[in-house]
Amino acid sequence: MLLALLIILPFLAALLAVFSKGGAKQIVQLVAWVNLSITIGLYTLSASLDSNLTSIDLPWILSMGIHFHLAADGISLVLLLLTNLLLPYILWSASAREYKNEPIFYALIAFMQSGLNGVFAAQDAFLFYVFYEVALIPVFFICAFWGGKDRIRITIKFFIYTLAGSLFMLLAIIYLYIKTPGTHTFNIQSFYALSLTDTEQTWIFWAFFLAFAVKIPIVPFHTWQADTYTTAPAPGTMLLSGIMLKMGLYGLIRFVLPVVPSALNQWQNWAMVLSVAGVVYGAVIAIRQNDLKTLLAYSSLSHVGLIAAGIFSSNIQGLQGAVVQMFNHGLSVVALFTLVDFIELRTGTRQISELSGLVNRSRQLAVVFMIVMLGAIGLPLTNGFIGEFLLLMAVFKFNPIAGAMACTTIIFGAVYMLRMYRNVFFGEETKGITIPSFNNREIISLYTLAAFVIILGVYPSLITSVSQDAADGLLQIINPAYTVR
Amino acid sequence: MFTQLVWLVPLFPLLGFVINALGFGKWSKTSASIIGIGSVLLSFVSVIFLFMEYSGSGQAQTIKLFDWIVAGDLRIGFSFLVDALTLNMLLIITGIGLLIHIYSSGYMHHDEGFGKFFAYLNLFMFSMLILVLGSNFVMMFIGWEGVGLCSYLLIGYWFKNREYTAAANKAFIMNRIGDLGFLLGIFLIYLHFGSVEYQDVFSSASFFSAGDAAIVAITLLLFVGAMGKSAQIPLYTWLPDAMAGPTPVSALIHAATMVTAGIYMIVRSNVLFSLAPVTLEIILIIGVATAMISAIIALTQNDIKKVLAYSTVSQLGYMFAALGVQAYSTAMFHVTTHAFFKALLFLGAGSVIHAMSGEQNMRFMGGLKKKLPLTYFTMLIGTLAITGFPLLSGFFSKDEILLSVMSHNRIMFILLVITSVLSATYMLRLLFMTFFGQFRGTHEQEHHLHESPPVMTYPLIILAFLSVTGGILGLPHITGVHHVLSDFLQPIFINNTRILPHTPELIAEVAVWILSIATLAVVGHFTYRAYALAETDKHPDISKKSVWYRLSYNKFYVDEIYEKGIVRPVLAISSVLHRWFDQFFIDGIVNGAGQVALLLASILRTVQTGNIGLYVIIMVAGIALTLFIVVFKFLSI
Repeated sequence: MLLALLIILPFLAALLAVFSKGGAKQIVQLVAWVNLSITIGLYTLSASLDSNLTSIDLPWILSMGIHFHLAADGISLVLLLLTNLLLPYILWSASAREYKNEPIFYALIAFMQSGLNGVFAAQDAFLFYVFYEVALIPVFFICAFWGGKDRIRITIKFFIYTLAGSLFMLLAIIYLYIKTPGTHTFNIQSFYALSLTDTEQTWIFWAFFLAFAVKIPIVPFHTWQADTYTTAPAPGTMLLSGIMLKMGLYGLIRFVLPVVPSALNQWQNWAMVLSVAGVVYGAVIAIRQNDLKTLLAYSSLSHVGLIAAGIFSSNIQGLQGAVVQMFNHGLSVVALFTLVDFIELRTGTRQISELSGLVNRSRQLAVVFMIVMLGAIGLPLTNGFIGEFLLLMAVFKFNPIAGAMACTTIIFGAVYMLRMYRNVFFGEETKGITIPSFNNREIISLYTLAAFVIILGVYPSLITSVSQDAADGLLQIINPAYTVR
Repeated sequence: MFTQLVWLVPLFPLLGFVINALGFGKWSKTSASIIGIGSVLLSFVSVIFLFMEYSGSGQAQTIKLFDWIVAGDLRIGFSFLVDALTLNMLLIITGIGLLIHIYSSGYMHHDEGFGKFFAYLNLFMFSMLILVLGSNFVMMFIGWEGVGLCSYLLIGYWFKNREYTAAANKAFIMNRIGDLGFLLGIFLIYLHFGSVEYQDVFSSASFFSAGDAAIVAITLLLFVGAMGKSAQIPLYTWLPDAMAGPTPVSALIHAATMVTAGIYMIVRSNVLFSLAPVTLEIILIIGVATAMISAIIALTQNDIKKVLAYSTVSQLGYMFAALGVQAYSTAMFHVTTHAFFKALLFLGAGSVIHAMSGEQNMRFMGGLKKKLPLTYFTMLIGTLAITGFPLLSGFFSKDEILLSVMSHNRIMFILLVITSVLSATYMLRLLFMTFFGQFRGTHEQEHHLHESPPVMTYPLIILAFLSVTGGILGLPHITGVHHVLSDFLQPIFINNTRILPHTPELIAEVAVWILSIATLAVVGHFTYRAYALAETDKHPDISKKSVWYRLSYNKFYVDEIYEKGIVRPVLAISSVLHRWFDQFFIDGIVNGAGQVALLLASILRTVQTGNIGLYVIIMVAGIALTLFIVVFKFLSI
C-alpha cells in the first residue's frame, strides 16, 4: 500500500498542478517531501513492516495475467530512496530559476517521479515496461520545451533512440510471457523459474542488453547522452543522469542476470568489454571538454560503464558495488550539476576557458564542489570510493586484465576533474564576475549532499546491509551453488 | 588498556581540522594555531602513552571499531594495529609533526590563509596517522590517498599561482598512477589470501614458496604504489615540483613523513617481499638508480629547496636500496634519522627564505652566517648529519645501508659510495653558497636580514639535537652495544623466515668508516674552495657549461620527455576520440540509421493518402493480425 502511495501521490500532484493556476510548485514540493518521509520509513523499517502494508498485488488486466503488483526488496529500496531523496532536492534547485509555464513544468517533474517509483517497485514485467516508458515522456517534454540550443533535434533523437531500445525489451518480455506455463503471467519471479534453451536465452539477453545499453548508456549506444545532458535544463539533466539512467542498470540486475543466466555466462565477456571500454573511453574524452556539462556527461558515461561492468561480473562485490554506486552516482552527479548550474546562473557561462579563480569569489562554493568532486574521483572515506572499490574488485575478480583497464579510471578521473577544478576555481579571478554568497537554504541543501558523500564513505553499511539479502538472493538464482556467508 | 583508546590519536588532528576549517576567517590566528598545535600535542602525548604501554607488555594489539566495507565474503574492518613498526612511525609523525606545527605558527604568521593552513596540516596528520595505524591494506590505502589529497591541497596552497596549482595536479595524478598499482596489489592479495588484514595475510604467507608468481605480482604492484608515494624512478618528478608549497609543508610531508610511506609499506609487508627475490632485486636497482640520478641533478640546482628536494629523492633511494637487500630495520633506521635531519634542513632553509624575504635562489644569498647564527649553526649540524660526519645520526644509518648492500652486491655498493660523495658535494655546496662568502642579494634584502623568532628557532634546535644523537638508536655492531631500533622492531619479522641474521665483518665495518670519513674530508676541502672562497657567479651562462652540467641542470629533460611522450599524446587521443570517433563515426552511424528510417518513412508516406477509409481498413487488418497471432500462440503452446 505504501509503495502504491509513492506512485499515486505524485501522479495526483501532477494533475492538481496542471489545473491549479498558482501553487503548482508548492503542491509538487509538498508531495515530494511526503514521498521522502514514506520512503525513509520504508527504508529503515522494511524488515519489520508487514508486507501487506508495503506491497500491493491487484489484478489489473486479468485476461492477460497482468497485475498491478508492487513490492520492494533491498535493491529496490535503495533506488526508491535515491529517487525520493533527490526529488525534493531537484525541485529546490529548480526553484532558483524562473521557468515559463511553471505549472506544467512542475507537473511533469511530479509525473516523472511517479513513473520512476513505479519502475523500481514493479514486480510485474508489463507494469515495469509501462512505467519505464511513462518515465520517459515527461523528461522528453522537459528537454524539448525548456532546453537550450538545438533542443528539438537533440531531444527527438534521444527520444527515438531510447524508445527504439525499449521495443526490444517489450519483445523479450512478451516472449517470456508466452513461455510462462498455464494461464500465463507477467510476474517477474515466474520469469526466473523458466527454463529456456541457450538460443532463446541468447536472443533475450541481447534484446534486454540493447534496451538497457541505450538507457544506461553503454558505449557505443551513448551518443545521445552528451548532447542531451548539455542541452537539457538543469532539472532535466539531473533527472536523467541522477535517476533515470539507473532504470537501465536496475533492469540489468532485475532481468538480465536472473532470467538468462546461461546466456550471461556465454556473452558476459562481450558485455564486459563494452562496459569497460566505456569506462576508459568516457574518461579520456572528458579530459579535453570545455563545457562543464559536457565534461560531466562524459564523466558520467565512464562511471556508469563501471557500474554495468560490475553487474556483468555477476559476483557479490559487483552487485553490492553496483547498488552502492548507483546511489552514490545519483547523489554526486546531481550535486555536480547543481553546482554547475549555480556557476552558470551567476557567471553566465559554463565554458571552463572563460572561468577562473572562483574560489576568490565564493569559498563555500569551492569547498562543496571540492567535497563532491573528491567523492566523484573515489577518494577513500567518500561514498565514491566504496562503490568504485567494490566494482573494480568485482571486475578484477572476473578478469584481471579487464580489472586493470577499468582501474585506469582512478587516474583519468583525477586528470579531468583536477584539470577542471584548477581552471575554474584556482588562479586569478575573472574580472566582472560577482557571485553572491549562498543563502541559508542553499547552504543547508548543498552541505546535506556533501555530508552524504562523507557519511556513506565512512559507514557504507547504511546501504550494503539493506541490499545484501536481495543481492545474495539474485546470485543464488544465477548460480545455485552460491553460498551466502 | 590505553591501547583501546588508540583511535584518539588520529581523532585529535581530525577535530583540529574540522574546528579550524569551520572557524576559518572567523577566528583569530592565535586560536587557529592553538587548535592546530594543541591537537597534534594531544596526539603526541597519546602516542607516548601507547609507547609506554607497548614497551611494558611487548604485545601488538588490534582494535576494531566497526565493519567498514562488507560484501559477501569480503569484510574489511575499520581497525587499528599497534605494534613496534606503527609506534616507530607514530613517534616520528607526531613528534616531528608537533615541531613543524609550532614552527609554522611563526613561518606562516603573515599569511592570510593561516587558519586554512593549519586545517590542512591537521588533515594531513589525520591521514598519515591512519596510514600507519590501519590494520589492513585498505586502511593503509585510506591514509595513502588521504595524504595525497593533503599534499595536493598544500602544494597548491597559494592557488593564485598557475605554476603552483599545476605542480599540485602533477603530484596528485602521478601519485594516482602509483595508487593504481597499490589498488591492483590489494585486489590480488584478496584473491590469493581471502583477506586484506595484515595478520591473516602474513601468517598464511608461509604457504607460498619463494618466487611464487602471485607473490611476485603482488609485491611488484605494491612497489609501484611505493614508487609514486616515495618518489622513485620513474614516478619521482612530482616531488621537486612539490616545493611550490610552503616550506613547513616540504619539511613535514615531502621530507619527514609522507614520502617515507612507501618504505613503511614495504617493511610492513616484509614477509611478502622476502618471498619475492625478483622484486627485491628490482627495488635495489631502482633505489640505487634513483639515489644516484637525483644526486647528480642536485649538484647544479640553485633553488635551495630544489636541492633539498632532490636530496630527499636521493636519500629515499638509499632506503629502497636497503629494502632491496632485506635490511628492513636498517631502512627504518634511515627513515628515522632522515626525518630528523631533513626536517631540520628544510626548516632551516625556511628560516633562510623567511629572512631573505622569499628569495630561494642560492646565487643571491651568501654570507648569512653572521646574520642568522642559530639558523647557520643548526643547518651546519643538519648538513654534517646527512653527509655522514662521524658520530652524527646519518653516519650510522647510512653506513649501515652501505654495509648491507656491500655484502649483497658489490656494484650497487660502489654506486652508492659514489652517490654519497655526490651527496656530500651538493650539501656542502648548499651550505657554503648560503652562509659563506659575500652577501649577493639586493640592499633591501640585506637590510631586512634577521634571525627568525624563537617559535621557529626552538624547533630547529630540538631537531639539531636529534640529528646529533639519533645514532644512539642504532649503534654499530662493533661497539658491542645492542642495536636499539633493530631489537625494538624484531617482532614485525616474526612471520618472516627468510631474513638471515647478518653480522658484518669487523674489517668491512672499519673500511666503510674510513672510506666515509676520507671522502667527506676530500669533498669538504674542494667544495669549500669552490663555493665558500671563490666568488659565486650570480648569472652563470648555462649554455657555456659542459654537456654534463647542462644535463644535470636540466634534470636530464625527464619532464620534457614525459610531456612530449605521455601528456600530449593522451590529450591528442582525447581530441581524436571525441571529434572523429565519437561525433563523426559512432554518431554518424546512429544518425545514418535515423536517415534510413526517414527514407523508409517517406516511402510509407505514400500510403498516407488522407483517406480515412483506408486508415480504418489498415487498422482493422492490423488488429486482426495481432489477435490472430496471439490466439494462434495460445492454441499452439
